[in-house]
Amino acid sequence: MAMDLAEIERLIKEGIPDAKVHIEDLRGDGDHYAAYVVSPAFEGLNRVKQHQMVYAALQGKMGNELHALALQTDVPGAAD
Amino acid sequence: MFGLFKRKEKQPLSAASLPIEQEGQTMSDNPVNDRIQAAIDSSDVMLFMKGTPMFPQCGFSAATVQALAMAGVKFGSVNVLEDMEIREGIKSFSNWPTIPQLYVKGEFVGGCDIVREMHENGELQELFDEKGVERETA
Repeated sequence: MAMDLAEIERLIKEGIPDAKVHIEDLRGDGDHYAAYVVSPAFEGLNRVKQHQMVYAALQGKMGNELHALALQTDVPGAAD
Repeated sequence: MFGLFKRKEKQPLSAASLPIEQEGQTMSDNPVNDRIQAAIDSSDVMLFMKGTPMFPQCGFSAATVQALAMAGVKFGSVNVLEDMEIREGIKSFSNWPTIPQLYVKGEFVGGCDIVREMHENGELQELFDEKGVERETA
C-alpha cells in the first residue's frame, strides 16, 4: 500500500488550512516521505501536539496506507 | 496475669505499592491500557518498539534506540511485535499512530522523528537531566 504525494499534501492542507507543506518522496517509491509543515496553528503547542494535528489531518492513514512519513513541524518565522 | 499485653506484629503494607500482574483482574475498563500503564511505570525511560534494543526490527526503532544509547540512559523496552494487544493499544493510548514511542517518567515524549530531532539539538539530554534520569556520558 502506498499513498500519493499530492494526496498527503491535500489532506494536511485540508486539516490545517493555513499550513505550508513541503513533502519529499525520499526513495521515489511512493511509500517513504518526509514532510515539513509550517503553520501558525502550531503556535504555543509542543511538538507532540503539533505532530498529532498533522496525524489527525491524515485521518488515520498514518501507520496504515502511509507507512513512513518523517515529520517536522514549525511555526512561521522559526529557524528554517 | 496482666501486663503480658500481646500485640500482633503488623506487616508493613508494601504489597499495595508494587505493580502486580494479575491475570483476569482489571483495574479499569481497559485491561490493555492498564498493561501499558504498568509498563510505563516500570521504568523511568520506556521505549515501545519493534524488536529489542539488541535486535531492532525496524529502522525507526533502531534510530531511536541509538539516540537513547548516545544519550547514555538505561531504558526499558516493550517489543510490540510480540504483543498484538499492546501494538494496537499503544496507538490510542498515546494518540500516536506509529511505533516507536518513548515515555520518560510517565510522560509521552514522541516518536522517532521527535526523539531524533531532540537528540540532534541537545534537548533529549536536557530532558533527561531535568527529569533527573541518570546518564552515563562516554
